Amino acid sequence: MASALPDSSRDLLRDYHPHPGVADELLTGSGELRPVWSRLISFLSRLSDDEVLHRFAHGDQYLRDAGVFFRQNGGGISTERDWPLSHVPVLIAESEWDSLKAGIVQRAELLEQVMADLYGPGRLVSDGLLPPQLIARNPEWLRPLVGVTPRGGHFLHMLAFEVGRSPDGSWFVLGDRTQAPSGAGFALENRVATSRVFSDFFAHANVQRLAGFFRGFRDAMNGMTGGSDGRVAILTPGSHTDTYYEHAYIARYLGFLLLECEDLKVDHGQLMVRTISGPRPISVLWRRLDAAFADPLELDARSQLGTPGMVGAIRAGTLTMANALGSGVLETRALLAFLPAIARKLLGGPLLLPNIATWWCGQPTELAHVKAQTAQMMVGPALSTSLPFEIDDTTALGGAFRGEARSSVEAWLDEEAPNLVGQQAVTLSTTPAWEDGRLVPRPMTVRVFAARTPQGWTVMPGGYARIGRTEDATALAMRNGGSVADVWIVSDHAVATDSLAHPAPGAYVRRSQGTLPSRAADNLFWLGRYMERGEGLMRQMRCYHLRMAETGLESTPLLDHLGEHLTRSGADLEHPIPPQINEQVEAAVGCAGKVRDRFSIDGWLALRDLAKTVRWMEGSVQPGDDAARAMSVLLRKTAGFTGLVHENMYRFFGWRFLSIGRALERADRMCVTLAGLAAPDAPEGSLDVAVEIGDSVMTHKRRFSVETNRNTVIDLLALDSLNPRSVLFQLSEVKDQIAMLPNSVIQGEMSPLSRQVLQLHTDLAVLTPDQVTPRRLLRMRVRLAELSDGLTAAYLT
Amino acid sequence: MAQLYDIALEFGYRYEQPASMGRHVLRLLPLNLENQQQLVAGEVSIDPRPDDRRDGVDFFGNARTEIAYDRPISGVTFRLQARVQRTATAPQFDLSPALERLGEDLALARNLAPGSPHHFTGNSDRVQTNPAMTAYAREALSRAGTGPLTAFQAVQAVGRALHRDMTFDPKATDVDTDADEAFKARRGVCQDFSHIMIACLRGIGVPAGYVSGFLRTIPPPGTERLEGADAMHAWVQAWCGTEMGWVQFDPTNDLLVASDHVVTALGRDYADVAPIRGQLRASGSQKTSQKVDVIPL
Repeated sequence: MASALPDSSRDLLRDYHPHPGVADELLTGSGELRPVWSRLISFLSRLSDDEVLHRFAHGDQYLRDAGVFFRQNGGGISTERDWPLSHVPVLIAESEWDSLKAGIVQRAELLEQVMADLYGPGRLVSDGLLPPQLIARNPEWLRPLVGVTPRGGHFLHMLAFEVGRSPDGSWFVLGDRTQAPSGAGFALENRVATSRVFSDFFAHANVQRLAGFFRGFRDAMNGMTGGSDGRVAILTPGSHTDTYYEHAYIARYLGFLLLECEDLKVDHGQLMVRTISGPRPISVLWRRLDAAFADPLELDARSQLGTPGMVGAIRAGTLTMANALGSGVLETRALLAFLPAIARKLLGGPLLLPNIATWWCGQPTELAHVKAQTAQMMVGPALSTSLPFEIDDTTALGGAFRGEARSSVEAWLDEEAPNLVGQQAVTLSTTPAWEDGRLVPRPMTVRVFAARTPQGWTVMPGGYARIGRTEDATALAMRNGGSVADVWIVSDHAVATDSLAHPAPGAYVRRSQGTLPSRAADNLFWLGRYMERGEGLMRQMRCYHLRMAETGLESTPLLDHLGEHLTRSGADLEHPIPPQINEQVEAAVGCAGKVRDRFSIDGWLALRDLAKTVRWMEGSVQPGDDAARAMSVLLRKTAGFTGLVHENMYRFFGWRFLSIGRALERADRMCVTLAGLAAPDAPEGSLDVAVEIGDSVMTHKRRFSVETNRNTVIDLLALDSLNPRSVLFQLSEVKDQIAMLPNSVIQGEMSPLSRQVLQLHTDLAVLTPDQVTPRRLLRMRVRLAELSDGLTAAYLT
Repeated sequence: MAQLYDIALEFGYRYEQPASMGRHVLRLLPLNLENQQQLVAGEVSIDPRPDDRRDGVDFFGNARTEIAYDRPISGVTFRLQARVQRTATAPQFDLSPALERLGEDLALARNLAPGSPHHFTGNSDRVQTNPAMTAYAREALSRAGTGPLTAFQAVQAVGRALHRDMTFDPKATDVDTDADEAFKARRGVCQDFSHIMIACLRGIGVPAGYVSGFLRTIPPPGTERLEGADAMHAWVQAWCGTEMGWVQFDPTNDLLVASDHVVTALGRDYADVAPIRGQLRASGSQKTSQKVDVIPL
């Protein structure tokens, strides 16, 4: 079945020499190109090196633009690295994939049955198919869930399987991922990036599309609400998690709410999300959180990530958890030793897709076998849920330890046999990766995803391949410098293109807006405030440095007054760019980072660009003119972000909270500015600075044919309802936005918050400039703070 | 000898300001245990009345009450009223295998039922075995006799040694102290004594668990008042083989448990049986009352 290499492919494959005794995805044992690859290889070989690199760069650009990154945690620091895409996909023929698929479906079904037994009658243990201690001592076997039948009857809904290819060409499972498997979203992103790299080729390459799989899963999840008014949501541990990007991405893609434990509470046995419209029921939760953390009341009491009563809601039958709490027990390494026999018992036949050969050392025969074969074994903790290639100091490979944890594997086995398993040290197949203008064979595994639908298990046609950096299979994990690749299931015939939208036009349902979680609203509100606070500081600092540059002096009455004013606003003038600007911008990034699923990618990138620029400038900018110009740059970048948000953000409630935050902060800042710079005793020039900070120099010229005086400045910056920098204008904005929020009017009656803002607005609107004293301005600040508190109490907690 | 008790318990908490108390799980109601004790009548009451209350049974068979308030409250009082008929006696005969053969019995216990010894062999939330405690337990065994000990003798040897070497000191530890820390200090209260004994027993291969419950308040005439009679008490259960099953030992008072003790809950350690679980202590609360009366009738 192999075809001869096209002439032009020779260069490309010049150094492509798979190891003897290792299966290779690209070449057969006799060195011939596998047919499924021939079109891609001949396409690649027609490209010059530059063209190839240009295409790769195109894919990388997409990933950067989309904000895909990989977070590396280590030594207490978390760093974001570029997404390590290996641009050459892994190609698998459809016919071969179909048989792998059958094995995956069988395995998913088997795991469901094992789960049902471990949390039900426990026959696998009493019938002797599983040693009791592997379950009873297993931290992932959660006793509070024993005897709890899942709502809808099923425990498992989304699974992943790490598969590899043996030297004989057959597939096997390295590990089952049943807790909260990640990677499905990354597989999507890899697909988009790789299809950009091969844009003209991909369309005609007969590659099976992924959207149908996600549509099936999404519809299944939505279907599990069972006609209740409860919604579907994804539960994430939060933005500090290394896979948070994926959670946000997949939530956006599937249209599910993305929630953290703070968003949730349990009311009378029903899980609820706190929204700006009050609590709303959640009836299906796709958790990306390890089960032990889900409920501090019944599971790990130290968990800060959980929702008290979550287990109770499951017990009450009001919540479907995908996957059921406790499913992590199925990831136990030692279980792999017993699955073949369990399959024969429960399914009446052998596993179609075997797993990595595993021996539990708690049995004498198995222990003897492992001892005799330590050179070909990985020996590690029996209850570990790590994948075999995630080798750490607690695992011995080939009879030796990586770390210095222990002296001898032999002694370890003697002391702790029941806590250990031996696993056959595997040889993985190799697949081509691009290195320095040529293809080289690198070891790989593929993560395959399966989802439950009403029609049964479906398997994602494709997956998420991990590619080793070197020939050492243990370097597969990304932390060790491995990379990831798209997986193409190639059909013999053309495939239909697909997207997440249903193919047939039909009725559409507009989702109600009221389900904005309070925490998300709170983050957006503070994002608005922090951005405005940062912008205000930039404006003030620009004025300060401009005055310094104009006079060439470091101290004049005006500069001193301005400096005092700035210091009171919290700016540290020791630095040309006070660290407080960075603090505000970073706080804004922090807020935005927690609502990535509600935020446009462009806005996010603009914000990160701003943050980067601030950091860079802090180290290089000189006081005076240089700093003033730096501030102008920052202000432009800030305006870029604000523009993106306000031009492009849909006017849903989230945007309103962002706008209210911004307006409240701007009103507050202006009160401070006027109280300080329009004070009767402020030095000469202060009023002009106030007008400059208020970005209203031109307007002042146009509106008043006179020089600035206290009344004109107060009128323009406090009372002018048409000047977007005035306090009154911002109060109108707050008032209008509040009127658009849920429950602003209840049965024809204004809410307390609506009254509060109207009163404040009116009190200011009726004043004349001479009545706006510094004292009144400071009183106004107190009332703005009260308004912020009122808003928080009504919507944000 | 059967003994009837009336048990009355009251735990009260107050907050400086009305607080959202969240959700709690109570394990206060004594157990029904075949041939050991019978709960004649019992009720857990909570004041103010919770907005949500669910009574049920946990994995180990303990009665659990889950409560929640929709509104902030300024204080809460938990009360237990129970009448218990206690018929348990200390084991009369040693039916346990030699300690080193206990593993064979264990291998035969192929089940995950709540009473299965397998739940009580490994590390649990609050009890981790460590070489120091295991070595201490071995030392206690070798001091107890020259020949091989039975599992039952081993349990008593370890319990007795701990009673001898540990000082009862309510100020030395708190409810969150772990076994290792209390062991290093050789000080603590019944919870610490029990956690340490459990760690020691698991370390030498004896499945061991935690028992919470009550002691009779006024000792029988002519005997001394026991430590822990004015609060909830804790002791240890240890598995002594297929034939003998579970036996209970009170390391704080150095005795085999009989009719002076009343069992409330069984678990692997304190975390499984805590009388009140939830964020009660988090928000500046103050314990205002703790009364426990166990009156023999």
